[in-house]
Amino acid sequence: MKLLKYIIFFIICIIQSNLYADNNSILIDKISKNLRCLICQGQSVYDSQSEFANSIKILINKKIQEGNSEEEIYSYLKNKYGQWIVYDTEINKKTVYLWLFPVILFVFGGILIIRKVFIN
Amino acid sequence: MKKNFFYFILISLIIFVFVLLYTAVFKSKSYIPATTINKKIKEFSAKDLFTDNEIEIKDLIHDKKITIINIWSSWCAPCRNEHIYLMKLSQDSKINLIGLNYKDDRSKAEVFIQELGNPFFKILEDPDGIISIDMGAYGVPETYIIDDKLNIIRKFIGELTFSNYEEIIDIINK
Repeated sequence: MKLLKYIIFFIICIIQSNLYADNNSILIDKISKNLRCLICQGQSVYDSQSEFANSIKILINKKIQEGNSEEEIYSYLKNKYGQWIVYDTEINKKTVYLWLFPVILFVFGGILIIRKVFIN
Repeated sequence: MKKNFFYFILISLIIFVFVLLYTAVFKSKSYIPATTINKKIKEFSAKDLFTDNEIEIKDLIHDKKITIINIWSSWCAPCRNEHIYLMKLSQDSKINLIGLNYKDDRSKAEVFIQELGNPFFKILEDPDGIISIDMGAYGVPETYIIDDKLNIIRKFIGELTFSNYEEIIDIINK
């Protein structure tokens, strides 16, 4: 009976550690898919097999284990390599037109269409 | 009149977009992080390539006004090319030259140094590349000039050239 208890405890420990590893690897994949590789530009860190990309994956794992959040990891890397490293562009002075231009086009196009419909 | 104005705006817009895209075609697409950043290197410790002792970077810098950290690897061809400038720099007693061996095989790194000479005061190991990322590097070779407070004065991405060498000498003699 005692032996059975130990076996069950052992199995639970293995399942727990596997779950933990899985959660970590899902988050590593998620973060690395949103990062550009600086060596193989045009590829994400997730896709790239360059030395840099592999090191970034190790670093993300280390940061997660240290208790850093996804946002903290992004801001750490942005601080090192600039905004360019993340695919998800934030709104700032340099990128405001990038975000505003589609809205302007949409509004402008909408006005044109509405005018056309009402005039006709 | 109104129609002409509309066509004028439309054609201007098309010309504007065409010029914008046409000039973008000839622009370099590769991104290089800023090289002149007034940032600080985070303190780190690493193993000595030859003795395996753990060494704190601040212990290698302490009273030195200027320190050069060169990230290199035995498998990197540009590192081989720039080595001649590092050897020249090592002859200047004012220069505190530290090597950071990036993701390398220890025995191969030792052969590299035996073959080309050792310009470094100390060589530290960065087996998984984490220290280099912490410094803001993304490949080899990269060379950092830092002061005694670990502030980055100048950063060279890629192989050192003769003009880079002269620039380093100027910075040292300032």
